[in-house]
Amino acid sequence: MHLGVVDGLILGLYLVVVLVIGWMASRKTKSGTDFFLAGRSIPAWVAGLAFLSANLGAQEVIGMGASGAKYGIATAHFYWLGAIPAMVFVGVFMMPFYYGSKARSAPEYLRMRFDEKTRGFNALSFAVMTLIGSGVSMYAMAKLIVVLHVLDAPFAALGLPQAWIFHLAVVASALVVLVYIYLGGLRGAIYNEVLQFFLIVAGFAPLAWLSLKTVGGWDGLKATLGPAYVHAWQGMGHASTNRLGVDAFGLIMGLGFVLSFGYWCTDFLVVQRAMAADSMSSARRTPLIAAGFKMLIPFIVIVPGLCALALTTAAMAPASANPLAHAAQANGAAIIPVKLDGAGKPMLDSAGKPQLDYDLATPNLLIHAFPTGLLGLGLTALLASFMSGMAGNVTAFNTVWTYDIYQAWFRREGTDAHYLKVGRITTAVGVLLSIGTAYLASQFNNIMDLIQLICAFVNAPVFATFLLGMFWKRATGHGAFWGLVAGTSAAALHHGMTLPADSLPGVKGGWLAMVHLYPSEMAQNFYTAIFAWSICFGVTIAGSLMTRAHDEEALAGLVYSLTPKLSEPGGGWLRNPVVLGVLVLAATLVLNIVFW
Amino acid sequence: MDVRLPIGLMFAGAGALLIAAGLLTDPAQLKLGLAGVNLDLVWGAALEAFGLGAIVLAVTGRRR
Repeated sequence: MHLGVVDGLILGLYLVVVLVIGWMASRKTKSGTDFFLAGRSIPAWVAGLAFLSANLGAQEVIGMGASGAKYGIATAHFYWLGAIPAMVFVGVFMMPFYYGSKARSAPEYLRMRFDEKTRGFNALSFAVMTLIGSGVSMYAMAKLIVVLHVLDAPFAALGLPQAWIFHLAVVASALVVLVYIYLGGLRGAIYNEVLQFFLIVAGFAPLAWLSLKTVGGWDGLKATLGPAYVHAWQGMGHASTNRLGVDAFGLIMGLGFVLSFGYWCTDFLVVQRAMAADSMSSARRTPLIAAGFKMLIPFIVIVPGLCALALTTAAMAPASANPLAHAAQANGAAIIPVKLDGAGKPMLDSAGKPQLDYDLATPNLLIHAFPTGLLGLGLTALLASFMSGMAGNVTAFNTVWTYDIYQAWFRREGTDAHYLKVGRITTAVGVLLSIGTAYLASQFNNIMDLIQLICAFVNAPVFATFLLGMFWKRATGHGAFWGLVAGTSAAALHHGMTLPADSLPGVKGGWLAMVHLYPSEMAQNFYTAIFAWSICFGVTIAGSLMTRAHDEEALAGLVYSLTPKLSEPGGGWLRNPVVLGVLVLAATLVLNIVFW
Repeated sequence: MDVRLPIGLMFAGAGALLIAAGLLTDPAQLKLGLAGVNLDLVWGAALEAFGLGAIVLAVTGRRR
């Protein structure tokens, strides 16, 4: 791939604007509240787009394109079932406790509601998860730059070794993110996330349109790939009759309830954006505004993946009439290439067919379809998605480390200036550790599987803890802590005793014993989450009933039944979270029906 | 701080660059056969309009 001057200028312009935003944010960052919570001054629409953008990282943009190619439009379940209902729930029901309690982080809410040990457990596991998430985002970006040969020509011209491209990509992206968060804290990250959101849309919307046009529209896609790829719900009655390899119970309970609510309602990476809003009303509308845009994201990230598969299928057919597939054939490359092993040989599945490298579906499509100019914009959109994912993790990490670990365990009575300094140092240390994680990731083939697994271990049980904490006044600190320990252990046990089909024991499961074989990795992941959540829920209830109840007066503002009902804000129906939530859910229902 | 200003500048700048690419690049390299239109030019104009709109909103918002 050869980048033109205009492509380079667009990329350069983006990097300059990102740093300028960091500098502008630094002028308003004087205290700990400014640095960690953006002074709780962010308008609803900005917080809403940041809430969405912090999740639009590498795994989302590249991963959902890959899943679109692999599983079809059923991947949209991760949005229409696995995100929107949870985003509405957190906005309407949970945000009053997060924002109203004045907690500075999600683990701090657990300390206020339960006790220090419950907060500590959540803070530590979350901190590890964010570092891995940030490192993997960085690794994925650097690997993509190497695979797409973006910098090959400039490096060759300068006489630099090609092996340095990976190092430069890791260090440069880390440095940019470090500078704008170090200077502007959460405000710098949030404002950049809004820019990154618009860039991702600007870069991927034309790709979706162009690729869909090239395959002959939705009908052309259906004709090339068959009905299994273009229906979200058909065949969901049984794991063997749909491409996801998951039954309806696993899908609805695992993805639609435990994993999605576990992530969107408790993960501080996204919740932090709403906690930075300028009022309770804005905080509640933040996830709802995000949900309004979220339901449309499948059209720009999943559709290109589907089109890439259709073009690859067409390219494999003799004498393809499709111009894009034909161009790809002429270049000697299918849009989605065959996966190669360490020795450079094609990897085969259990049926002896070559496996496709789905992760390259979206990036390769971008290279083949876009002319110079738009190519620069598309690559900038990719870079923006990696940076927003990384920055989301780093800002969540510095807050949790400073307030929930450092202040709780090392220095309780420091000044605000001291914690601000610690926050900035933690940002630098967090970015350095993320670089370490990125290099660690490059040593393992299955790092993406590992991070999904960690999410199932951490987010699934903690959702039961938050749910009981906010809506059951009898839940106690001892019950919550042992529930979390039991839930996390249950996730590990379930994973250790089950395995997806066509997998070897190890990081994919079965490392303790072989009790059950799942038809797909996704099914195993969903059921791991269901087990973890159920055990945590049950043990928390049992443990709470066996221990002394908290004083009800201390729980006011933290538990639903002990908190005065909020009066809904005036100013029209668009400012009312309940009305907004109903509208978002209705629109999502329509999308499910249209793509049934 | 109004985030619409840097966003507007970014999009106005990127839009101008895309329009320049659409006008100055050799048509053979613009992959016109795929889109049927000069995508750099059309999308560049759309980004330019979005960017200028964001700048106008930021400036008028500040005056108010």
